[in-house]
Amino acid sequence: MRFIFKTSYQQDIRLYRHGGDIFWYGLLLLALLTAPAVLDVYYIGELTLMAIFAIAGVGLMLLTGYTGQISLGHAAFFGVGAYTEAVLIEAGWPFLLSFPTAGLLAGAVGVAIGLPALRLTGLYLAIATLAFAFIVEEVLARWESVTHGHEGMAVGDISLLGMDIDTEWKLYYIAIAVLILVMLGALNILRSPTGRAFVAIRDSEHAAQSLGVNLATYKTLAFAISAAFTGLAGALYAHKLLYISPDAFTIYMSIELLLMVVIGGLGSLHGVVFGAAFVILLPQAIAIFRDELPSMVAEQPGLESAIFGLILVLVILFEPLGIYGRWLKIKHYFSVFPLYRKATFKRQKTYSRMTQR
Amino acid sequence: MALVEVNNLAIQFGGIRAVDGVSFEISAGEIYTIIGPNGAGKTTIFNLISRIYDPLDGTIVFNGQDITHEQPHRIAQLGIARTFQNIELFENATVLDNLLLGRHRHHRTQFWQEIVFFPVVRHQELEDREKVEEIIDFLDLQHYREQFVRSLPYGVRKVVELARALATQPELLMLDEPSSGLNVEETRDMSFWIRDIRQQLGITLLMVEHDMKLVADVSDRVLALNDGRVLTEGSPSSVQGNADVVAAYLGE
Repeated sequence: MRFIFKTSYQQDIRLYRHGGDIFWYGLLLLALLTAPAVLDVYYIGELTLMAIFAIAGVGLMLLTGYTGQISLGHAAFFGVGAYTEAVLIEAGWPFLLSFPTAGLLAGAVGVAIGLPALRLTGLYLAIATLAFAFIVEEVLARWESVTHGHEGMAVGDISLLGMDIDTEWKLYYIAIAVLILVMLGALNILRSPTGRAFVAIRDSEHAAQSLGVNLATYKTLAFAISAAFTGLAGALYAHKLLYISPDAFTIYMSIELLLMVVIGGLGSLHGVVFGAAFVILLPQAIAIFRDELPSMVAEQPGLESAIFGLILVLVILFEPLGIYGRWLKIKHYFSVFPLYRKATFKRQKTYSRMTQR
Repeated sequence: MALVEVNNLAIQFGGIRAVDGVSFEISAGEIYTIIGPNGAGKTTIFNLISRIYDPLDGTIVFNGQDITHEQPHRIAQLGIARTFQNIELFENATVLDNLLLGRHRHHRTQFWQEIVFFPVVRHQELEDREKVEEIIDFLDLQHYREQFVRSLPYGVRKVVELARALATQPELLMLDEPSSGLNVEETRDMSFWIRDIRQQLGITLLMVEHDMKLVADVSDRVLALNDGRVLTEGSPSSVQGNADVVAAYLGE
């Protein structure tokens, strides 16, 4: 087990805790950078998708995991980002301009849904965001002069600084770069007053208000940042798919995104990455697994959703902190080996909590 | 001039007048305590000053400014901090983060500066941290700095909440039953701290409290309430001896 001796306030502010962090994240970065040389193009595509979902996941995590505002409508922001990108690329905008615009527009839409959401919490907020997602989906399908309706639209290639992004690995590098930037942005927010205000709203609105946190401002801001990040993911997703239509951005995707942050571990950015890997890899695992099953079961149409649902229930019951929580426990097990005690992570129940909710 | 002037304050919940025409004044540097049996309207007065409730009638003036219709988050920005009867801490954050949140009203950076973490943000964080450390030293919380609030015992949480209120550097500190749930020793610590807060930090205190020994120890003046109305006001001993107050607590 590592004990960190702190001698400066800077140590609590900086992004890494100790040299080990730099080493391991450096190693991870190296692995990510060399992946296209080693892995098959198919797997690079899967990694790109993972990165894209993780970008959206960072957005949703800030809103749901840190600010405590649930959203069942994030597919809408995803869709707004994707369509903005497709339309702007078609209009001949350079990627360096169209990409941020896609994020900004999604963010603006986020403000629009954030404002009415100020008065809603919990289940009601979930329903409001769900309704909003249906509205956006409908707009994408009906606004044919711009979106080409259900026919869908092709997405042109990115041209970045004179280079055509026409292969999987090039898009992969862009997605990884954006993911890293978005992660750093989120980390910066979380270690500064805005991030703390988010957490304050999640844990106690009354207390947050009594300390001078303007609930309306910060909830709207959380929606805006979350939607903008998700919009960026949408823009990349458009380039990944090459062809988008409204039925790519349905309630199913919203649920998948929410599933991702819950299974990954609410309130942790590590959890986002774990969750994204889980959401992308599970269908593959099911596909492999499916061949082994008796045809009666394997050919059921809802098999995938059923397994997703089952896993979600199991996670909430047995590991509320998600994959990240499990990861912490495994790490702890090895760092104190052989002194691990089962009770270390038993949740302390206190009566003050029980009276509150 | 008084720091706080409450005039003829009233609020009604359904058919019940929880606070009915209450007036009082607190001068700067005073420790002012509100007592009364359960349901007398003590916490309701706190919530009215915090602007969690809208008063039906009356005015609240702080520092010469009418705050009767201010937005709730502005109250802290004007220099009023409070604690809650049932402790409202941010459970899934460390003690340090809770205290840093107390600094919220002093922040000058914008969110776009924070997302890039400009040097000005770093500078502000270090400044806040220094202020928070002063309060950690003041209330002996060094041992708990990095711990999550959810893992702390009740008595410590009470102190953390007091620390968080102090971190806002208020002019007026409102304590809602600072000794409730504390043992004898912790209550005595609390009474020392309350006096130190006034003497060393120069903060005016408004307190709701049941423990009459604590009230008598620290208060300059006491206001006794019953059924939302003022029974009497005066020094701790005169209020304790008042026949109406005794009747309200013990029955006729």
